Amino acid sequence: MKRLFLLVALLMLSAQRDPILVPEVSQDDVQVQQGFTGTELLLFGVILDPTGARAGQDYDIVVVLKGPTEPITVREKARVGGIWVNADSTAFQSAPSFFAVASSRPIEEIVDERTAAIYELGLNYLQLSPTGAIDPEEQARFTAGLVDLRSREGLYKEDPRGVQISEQVLYQVRISLPSNVQTGTYTAETFAITRGRVIASAIAEVEVRKVGFERFVEVFSERQSLFYGFLAVFLSVGMGWVAGRLFALI
Amino acid sequence: MDVYLPIANLSVNGLVIVGLGALTGVLSGLFGVGGGFLTTPLLIFYGVPPTVAAASAATQITGASVSGVLAHGRRGGVDYRMGTVMVAGGVLGAGIGALLFRFFQSIGQIDTVINVLYVFLLGSVGSLMAREAWQAVRPREGGAAKPAMKRRHHRLIAALPLRWRFYGSGLYISPIAPLLLGVAVGTLTMLMGVGGGFILVPAMLYILGMSANVVVGTSLYNILFVTMATTMMHALTTHAVDIVLVALLLFGSVTGAQLGTQVAQKFKPEYLRLALAAIVLLVTARMFFGLFVRPEEIYTVVPL
Repeated sequence: MKRLFLLVALLMLSAQRDPILVPEVSQDDVQVQQGFTGTELLLFGVILDPTGARAGQDYDIVVVLKGPTEPITVREKARVGGIWVNADSTAFQSAPSFFAVASSRPIEEIVDERTAAIYELGLNYLQLSPTGAIDPEEQARFTAGLVDLRSREGLYKEDPRGVQISEQVLYQVRISLPSNVQTGTYTAETFAITRGRVIASAIAEVEVRKVGFERFVEVFSERQSLFYGFLAVFLSVGMGWVAGRLFALI
Repeated sequence: MDVYLPIANLSVNGLVIVGLGALTGVLSGLFGVGGGFLTTPLLIFYGVPPTVAAASAATQITGASVSGVLAHGRRGGVDYRMGTVMVAGGVLGAGIGALLFRFFQSIGQIDTVINVLYVFLLGSVGSLMAREAWQAVRPREGGAAKPAMKRRHHRLIAALPLRWRFYGSGLYISPIAPLLLGVAVGTLTMLMGVGGGFILVPAMLYILGMSANVVVGTSLYNILFVTMATTMMHALTTHAVDIVLVALLLFGSVTGAQLGTQVAQKFKPEYLRLALAAIVLLVTARMFFGLFVRPEEIYTVVPL
């Protein structure tokens, strides 16, 4: 809130005519634990005139929710001697583990391609930092493959009419996180756009983290791998033995 | 019933996983195979990441074998001496398998290697078993009593130096033969996420010539210890053992294994072998087919 206040103050000082965006997320801390089947985030906020009054103008709002990025390799299968095997591959240095774009109108009606590419507005404009293939055609193919795969896993999505703006002041959008999301810091970036120009933007953060038993298991398996292995063996031998004894009694 | 798997990073229906465990447990008790050749592909099909599926399936097989070993041990169906020799080879094999796994993974061909291995091994073992079991079953149906087949091990094995007595198996052979068999099966365990029972059982019967009543028990005994070694190796290197997934699978499989062992007593071994051969050939056909049709996912993502 403090940072937000500073941002507001700064924008006020600069005394420009651009509006101010005040974003908020329903949950800034998503706890992944037993029974977690995904969650729905409500991202909302207001658009204000620098004087604090209602902006009183039509804006388009685009919200981009992005998960932590990771370096990945994408492999492509091809037919070799009749059977399907991994043939080509390419590496991306910064593939987001989650990427959702929601807007008040379809992106192509709001901004031109260049602006969309600069602000990463849409799955077509993902900046993945490829390192392998230089051939742009090949890269486009791999990017399309990645986007298609992750879209079907519910990790990448576009909602061209997901943002609702009420009375030119309040905007809101719901974005659902599936259960297979990666933990880390997610950023929700909101853009106010008018006449094809981004006139205001603001960032809110959402922390997705494992808590309780789930966090314990993850940390335990990483840091105490030897004991974790013993525990796993002990658990399986124990369960097998107990069951064996129980059935012997019957 | 939704359960969140902390290592696999996803939420699954707990009952489905328990059911899957029960299925493999029954197979384990019935035939002495771990059932890993079904668990691993089915888990992957359900959305569990392949490495987590293979690692957790290995751990689950440990538990399923314990109850099987206990059940068979009670009725004297385990040749501990033979089993221990194989385990020694198996642990060595698991180490070799881990190296091979990493190599094929780095060149992106691990899936193809696994699939081709499945088709080749399951196919040859399945048809061998089917032929043998069919020949054993047919005369009975004709009403004529079949003369007891004379059990004998492969000629190459008789040529190996150093001989030990294996009382349970009724054999006087070189320990090098079961040791090598152990190495081969251990490699496959690590590579394919299977217990290796489907290779071990026929190899013990037809290559070593072991007495049929200790084959299943000894195979389970070997699987028990080799999967333990595999679990440790996965825990230390890939960190892919999901303890919650393991617990769910085990809950189903330990129960299933007991059922399977009891059912196994009621049927003639020839019929059991025929049934196993049919299942193995079915899985092979599905995988063989899968090699040639266009896969559903052309693109796969692996973390760098």
